[in-house]
Parts: sequence; C-alpha cells; structure tokens
Amino acid sequence: MSLPPRLNDIKHEVEGYAREFGLDFFETIFEVLSYDEMNMVAAYGGFPSRYPHWRFGMEYEQLAKGYEYGLSKIYEMVINNDPCYAYLMEANAEVDQKLVMAHVYGHCDFFKNNFSFEKTHRKMMDEMANHATRVRRWIDRIGLDLVEDFIDRGLSLENLIDYFSPYIQRRPTPKQEAEEQQEQQVHGFKVEREYMQGFVNPKEYLEAQRKKIEDEKARAKRFPERPERDVLLFLLEHAPLERWEFDLLSIIREEAYYFAPQGQTKIMNEGWASYWHSTIMTQRALRDSEIIDYADHHSGTLGTRPGSVNPYKLGIELFRHIEDRWNKGRFGKEFDECDDLRERRAWDRKLGLGRQKIFEVRRHYNDVTFIDEFLTMDFALEQKLFVYGFNEKRNVWEIADREFKAVKEKLLHQLTNFGQPIIEVVDGNFENRAELCLAHKHDGTDLKMDYAHDTLRNVQTMWKRPVNLITKVDGKGVILRFDGKDHSEKKIDL
Amino acid sequence: MSLKIKQDHNRFKQIVRGRIKSNLRKYLQKGEMIGKKGKDMISIPVPTIDIPHFRFGHKQQGGVGQGDGEVGTVLAPGNVQPGPGQAGEGEGEHQLEMDISLEELAAILGEELALPRIQPKGKERIFTQRIKYTGINTTGPESLRHFKRTYKQALRRQIASGSYNADAPVIIPTREDRRYRSWKLENLPQSNAVIIYMMDVSGSMGDEQKEIVRIESFWIDTWLRSQYKGLECRYVIHDAVAREVDRETFFHTRESGGTMISSAYKLCRDIIKADYPSSAWNIYPFHFSDGDNWSADDTRVCVELLKNDVLPASNLFSYGQVESPYGSGQFIKDLREAVGEAENVALSEIADKDAIYQSIKDFLGRGK
Repeated sequence: MSLPPRLNDIKHEVEGYAREFGLDFFETIFEVLSYDEMNMVAAYGGFPSRYPHWRFGMEYEQLAKGYEYGLSKIYEMVINNDPCYAYLMEANAEVDQKLVMAHVYGHCDFFKNNFSFEKTHRKMMDEMANHATRVRRWIDRIGLDLVEDFIDRGLSLENLIDYFSPYIQRRPTPKQEAEEQQEQQVHGFKVEREYMQGFVNPKEYLEAQRKKIEDEKARAKRFPERPERDVLLFLLEHAPLERWEFDLLSIIREEAYYFAPQGQTKIMNEGWASYWHSTIMTQRALRDSEIIDYADHHSGTLGTRPGSVNPYKLGIELFRHIEDRWNKGRFGKEFDECDDLRERRAWDRKLGLGRQKIFEVRRHYNDVTFIDEFLTMDFALEQKLFVYGFNEKRNVWEIADREFKAVKEKLLHQLTNFGQPIIEVVDGNFENRAELCLAHKHDGTDLKMDYAHDTLRNVQTMWKRPVNLITKVDGKGVILRFDGKDHSEKKIDL
Repeated sequence: MSLKIKQDHNRFKQIVRGRIKSNLRKYLQKGEMIGKKGKDMISIPVPTIDIPHFRFGHKQQGGVGQGDGEVGTVLAPGNVQPGPGQAGEGEGEHQLEMDISLEELAAILGEELALPRIQPKGKERIFTQRIKYTGINTTGPESLRHFKRTYKQALRRQIASGSYNADAPVIIPTREDRRYRSWKLENLPQSNAVIIYMMDVSGSMGDEQKEIVRIESFWIDTWLRSQYKGLECRYVIHDAVAREVDRETFFHTRESGGTMISSAYKLCRDIIKADYPSSAWNIYPFHFSDGDNWSADDTRVCVELLKNDVLPASNLFSYGQVESPYGSGQFIKDLREAVGEAENVALSEIADKDAIYQSIKDFLGRGK
C-alpha cells in the first residue's frame, strides 16, 4: 500500500532532513497499518510472512490486550532489511508520524552502518517468507503437531548460539589444519653455531614445545576439538536428526542469528534513533502547534522506572554525553589526569568534534563496548544509576549500591551474552558413551534449575542419547543428567 | 491484509485451554492461585507457556536501575524487571495471565471432569419480571428524561433553523425536543438454586481441612453457578450447636468443642422450610466434616432428619468427609449404611488436597 499523499510529503521532508544531517540509510518503505495489523506484525517480530507458530499468537494476545486496555501502544517498528521496512500506525496523529519517521531513519542508518549488522541477511523479508514456506511444507507432509512440538523444543535452545561467530573465525580452515599437521616435530629456534644450541634452545624449552604438540594431538582426538558455543550448530552437524528436523532447526538457528545483533545493540540502536528524532524534530521538522504533543510523547518514550534501565534513555543520554565531551575536548590523557574539579567542570577546548565522534561510535561499537568505554563516573552520577538486588531478609527488592564500579560491572554483566548463561558443548562422546556433555561457564549466578531441567530434556530429544550439563549450584560443582526418562544429579569437583 | 495471526492466536488459545485442562489438578490444589477479579472474571497465571531456556535464577541477580533513593530504598514490586530488563534481549520473567470468565472456567471444569449438565427439577417455571430500558421515546415521565439526547435534539433544531449563535451558545429545548427513555417489562424464566454449605468447625478440623473445604466449595460454586441463573448460598457452621453465618466467617472460624451433626441438619431443615419451598428451588446441601460425631444416638437423629426432611426436599445431598488426624471418621460409614442407597445422596472421602478432584466428580458427576 503506498503512502497517502500527506504522509508521503512528510516522508520526503523528514528524509531530506535526515540526509542533511548526514544519515546514511537504505531506501525506506513505510507502510500504514491499522492497530490490529500493527499488533499482528509486531507479534511476528516485524515480518508479516512468518511461519505459523502459537507463540506469535501469544505475543499478539498480549499486544492486543495491552492496546485494548490502553496500557501500551506501538508507535513504530522497523525492519533491518534492504530496503528497510517501517510501519506506521494508522491512527497516530501527524506529529507522531513525523516523530516516528525521524526515529526510523535513525534506525535505518544504524542498521546499515553498525558493524554488528554487517553479516545479517539483508533480504530477510524474502528469507522469512521462504522459511514460512518450508515450515508449511513440513506441516503438510508430517503434520502440525510433530512440527510444532519440534519447533517448541528448538526454540528452547535458540539462545545457544555463538553470538560472535559471524565476525571471527573459530575453526581452522582445512588449509590451516594441513599446515598444523606438518609441524609435528620440535624444531626450536634456528641456531647458527652448534655450541649455542643449549643456550638458545634449552632442554626445558624443547620439552615444553614437545608437550604442546602432544596436547595438540590429544586435543584433536577430543570431540569437539574446542568447546563449541554454537550448540545448535553442533546438534545440526552431529545429532541424528531427521531431514525435517534438520531443516526446522536450521531455520531456528538462522533466525536467531538474524535477531542477535538487535539484542546486542539495543541501547545504542534506540539511543541513536532517539537522538536523531529529537534532533530532527526540534531543529527542523517541528511546527509550533505540535510542540506540546511532541514533548509529551518524547518524554513518554524516555521515561524511566526505578527497577529497570530504559535503553532509549540510557542510549540517547550517553550519545549526548559523548558528543558533549568531544565538543569540549573532555577526553585524553590531559583531561583524565586533571584532578581539579573546578577546572574539569569548566573544561572546554572548543574542538567541536562531537558529531563526528558519535558517527564513529555508531559504526564501531556494540552495547557492551559502548558502555564499557563511554560510561564514565560523571555520567553515572548525572543519570542516578544504581544497582538493585533482592534482600532475602526483608523479602523485597531494594537499592543495593550506588558505587560507580558496581553499577558499571552489573550493567556490563547484564549485557554480556545478553545476560544469559554461557553454555557450550565440551564433549560429544562423554564417558565414551556417545553422551552429550554441556558446560555452563559459571560466573557467580546459578541457573534457574527447573528451566535448566526442562531445557536439558529438550536437548536430549535432539541428541537422542543421554545429555549432561556441568554447572555449579550454591558454589558446588554438579552434573545434571537426563537420560530420556529421568533426571539425576551428581556432585563433582570443579 | 486478512489477519493470518488469528490462526496462531487460536492455536495459542487452544493450547492455553489445553494446558489448563492438563494442569487442572494443579489449579484445584492451589486455591490461592485463583483470584476473583472484578465481578465475574478470574485471572489464572499460565506460566507453563513460557518456553524454557537456560537462564539465570533471578533472585541472585538483581540489576541496574535509574532514579532517586538511598541505598536500601525498597523498589515497588511492579517496578522490578529482573534480569536485563529491556536492555539486552531479556524477556524478563513474564507470567502470562489469562483472564477467563467464570463461565468459561466452569465449561472447562465440566469438560475435564465429564460432568453432566444438570436438569433443573420441577416443571413449574417461575417467571420473574425485569425492567429493561430498550430505547428512546418522545413521551414519558420527566424522571426518565434523557438529558443528552434532549440537548442534542434541541441543538440540532436550532442549528437547522439558524437560531444557534456560536458566540452565545444558548440552547433552549422545546417540548418537541424532549426525549425519554422507554422500557419494556420482560419475563425471564428462572430456575433457582440454593447451596447450603454446612461445615464442622469442631476442634478437630484444622486449617488444612478447612482449606480443602474452601477449595472444594469454590469449584462447586463455580459449577453450579454455570448451571443456574440465580444461585443463592447459605452457610452453616456447627460444633455442638449450629448457627448460620456469612461467607467470611464460614471459612475463617475456628471453634472448639464437641460435634453434634444433628444440630446442623436441623438448621438446614429449618432454612429449607422457611425460605426455599422445594417445588420452586433446586436445593443442594453440602456438608463437610471429619466424621467424628458425638454419639451414635446423635447419628441416628441425623439419619432421621435426612430421611424425613432433607432428602425429599433436595436435588442432591452431599457429604464430604475430610480426613483429619483426630477422630474415627465413623460418620460416613453410618451414612452409607443408612442412606447410601438413596439416589440423591453423594458421599465422598477427601484424604488430602489431591483428592479434591475425585471428590468433585463424586459430588457433581450425577447430573442432579
């Protein structure tokens, strides 16, 4: 459906401003949807042509109820695709549409330029439709119940992927492997004169080298050779899956990888889009009569609640903070070492590098590195950030700490691996019985046990043989095991 | 674009219903999970719909928040979104609450327990008259004048005739502008039912026993309510003497003392006689006790009362015997002997919360 003329005019106007500010985006297609179409598309994660599954119905129910009772309303939705698709709510006022468009161009620029999205499928709209066709075909062939049941189990494992694997090379290529194979003998450094041998390559060193090679060999016998964080890939490659199961699982894995960068850059992405809608609106697009509505809705999106961090708010404030710092030259050795509070406050080198810097930041960072590098003590104080925790004695959630270090650590911990436990395959032939062994890299927080049991059960249905999970409970090592019938637990030393 | 989500939505609803069905026992056991909300909606949390993942246990985790407050300030419960909250992927821990109406719940209950629909007894139908406002009329009593409609009509007339002045917007309705609500009398066929709950509150009935009674009566209530339009409830508690109480007291009193069941049956008989002629009412006495009656003599009196007065008047007399650490539990055996053959008597032993399920079936499974 093409845009009505009035909206089309607004689109051209806003797009012009966006380009003027230097935003760089794919062609953006806006669609106008009624509220229930909007809820539907949102329930499908933005893709109207997704495969059938009840959880989309569940999402829809929640969104629809939220809308009907006036609790929540979706203003905007935008899809990382080339061309970019964005949805407008039919019933929104003109000023809202303007705001949404400005916001959308921020997202589109981010999708196109941030490194995290570099490897995502830019024709995902089509790909999702293909997935839907594949799923439907399997439903026709083997029945809805089997397919749905398998998808349920697959989704339970969808977070067990290797979020960074698109950007780095984890496994050696066959060529590298062949080279490694040749280097079996211990050479030591090249020695010109015979009598120097003992000094250049002392015995201990040669010994260590030999050991390294042997370890290397032993490792080669292990399966998998290195712990595999992409559990889904491991299952696809090694579990005895039927063809349809393989197909469905690879669909789930592909979609998980597609959505992952959006999770990894939530704060930045929303912050960036908010920064631009506010800049475009206040400096260009806003008319006098619209200002109150704009201010109302803008503050609505940026509102904070004590018990959570609003990514829009944190993101936009941090971008502004960075812009300000680089405008005034508040960075570098000289500034960092300045102890005089008054001097620091008045610090202004009039560099005017802010805009340039934030464009650079939006290209090269994700949430973790963004927070790690730019969240300063000044910022945390200014934004009144705190850590909260559960007080067992009083049985309430309360503010636990306002120390900068604690806040930053907690925030980073939440963001690392999406605040999810890191789980990897360590052995595909555990105890030489073709059992699967997963290991949880315990970082101080225990797993939610009932969920862990259920998830383990789902892994087992794919692996078919018994599966194990090494983790810690209350500081003690435990192996959870599910053999297809019963759960068991065994203490181990870690 | 037709909404293809409807298909998934229906599927989801089916699953939720399915989940409720397969977990019904669980809900029956946890009476507290069912909160009456509003007039006749209840909300049931359906946490099982959450697809399990490997995730952190939340209480150890905490998170980062933003705002004022000293260390130690308590966060309001609704404010905490454990885990990554909106940052990162985090779905938090969402508990889905499905609101279903009591009617729907009763339907599910009926389906699950294979309960037959109840045939109201008595051919005589009672009709009640009800006033229903059905429309708008140009005549009527002033007390039913519809101000808004009248105003609108006047406004419309004034605009049409050009006598409306936007600067001095005075609206004067004339006789012809007036609008009145009109009504109709409707005859509603009605089948009336009354539940008379009787509970033994003697010293041997502990909190757990009472909890069982409470849960079971909730479900009985729900079911019978779905079967009858007007359902009344009366509550009787007894130890050695019986008295009628309100609902609150019924579930929360703890008395001590001996047990004379006959006192309750006497009161039950009196209530029926006074207020509920059996020709017009479907009567359901439910009695819960731990079955430890004072004496064999009293039991004999009970049986007499039942045979002569209570049973002939009732659709179904139900006796549920809750197991308690004290007491012989003799009463149910005596009843079984004396009136067990009667077709409108249901006897059930409830050992623990798990047995509620079966017991409801015992009571309501006959379609009486």
